[in-house]
Amino acid sequence: MSTLLSLVETTGNTGETVVFWVCAVIAVAGALGMLLSHKAVHSALFIASTMISLAVLYVSQSAPFLGMTQVVVYTGAVMMLFLFVLMIVGVDSSDSLVETIKGQRVAAVVAALAFAGLLVAGIGSATWSVVGLDKANTVDGGNVQGIAHLIFGRYVFAFEATSALLITAALGAMVLAHRERHTPRATQRQMSEERVRSGHAQNLPGPGVYARHNAVGTPAMLPDGTPTDRSVPEPLRGVSAVVGIDSADTASVTALAAGGSVIPTTDEETES
Amino acid sequence: MNPANYIYLSAVLFSLGAFGVLVRRNAIVVFMCVELMLNASNLAFVSFARIHGNLDGQVIAFFVMVVAAAEVVVGLAIIMTIFRTRRSASVDEANLLKY
Repeated sequence: MSTLLSLVETTGNTGETVVFWVCAVIAVAGALGMLLSHKAVHSALFIASTMISLAVLYVSQSAPFLGMTQVVVYTGAVMMLFLFVLMIVGVDSSDSLVETIKGQRVAAVVAALAFAGLLVAGIGSATWSVVGLDKANTVDGGNVQGIAHLIFGRYVFAFEATSALLITAALGAMVLAHRERHTPRATQRQMSEERVRSGHAQNLPGPGVYARHNAVGTPAMLPDGTPTDRSVPEPLRGVSAVVGIDSADTASVTALAAGGSVIPTTDEETES
Repeated sequence: MNPANYIYLSAVLFSLGAFGVLVRRNAIVVFMCVELMLNASNLAFVSFARIHGNLDGQVIAFFVMVVAAAEVVVGLAIIMTIFRTRRSASVDEANLLKY
């Protein structure tokens, strides 16, 4: 408790302390959520919240340029790239829960805790004398000017090297993601002939539109009242979030067709 | 405000990211954990820049961001290529460099 109090103790301005504790909690919660959520899309959204709170922390540490870059580069570009690849690879690609190496999870917990303990112990034994960036941020007229002065001055060769790195990375990604076409592209005539031969010359049924569900994942009903899977787009088939027509719906449709009432009767009503 | 708090937060985030790299199987989630580790180190760089009173740490953090962006682009392209041949994004499946 005393260590917690010493952490909360305010030596400088109170606003920064409040910002730090709010953003630190969001960042750690986002990181934990990323680790613990089974779906990769949820992980991506959690880590996006972590990155945004880190951007706020940068700004509160008098690094406004880096804060903006964090929002633009990480949450804007990198996370969107992650989400696009998740869409291609499949949103339902969740982790397998089988341990391949026996005892790996326990060992990982022990290693992570030991590593965190090592780092925290090292940080705790250090002494801090804060200079602050007020002088460095004003000597060139501002934070952005100061960083520009360093990038295009002392670090200009590293900067040029990063430009080469970015071009190489873009080219490499294009080469890796490029797929060579080995067979000629099917013409429209071939595709239509193929379609007639397949026995389904007509369109696939559209999604089901009902009073309760009209999502694209809702299966359509065939004329005999049975739901069909063919109306659901292939990536959505078998996803647990897709709500099918439950038996109550079909029952009420049948009741309506028979001239009855479709107002649902709950158990409480029948009891009283 | 004690600047060590930022370093503590950075250490915690880095450890969480390392834990995720060790535990998670989905290659994309492993990648996100690596990103979290890079972000944690960036936070440490920015905090140390403030502690020492010069902007070099911020410039280094900027370079880390650039390299991380390049790494994400190439890494995701590799994941997509592996997914195309093996129909899986699990790191356990990719145990051969060919086929």
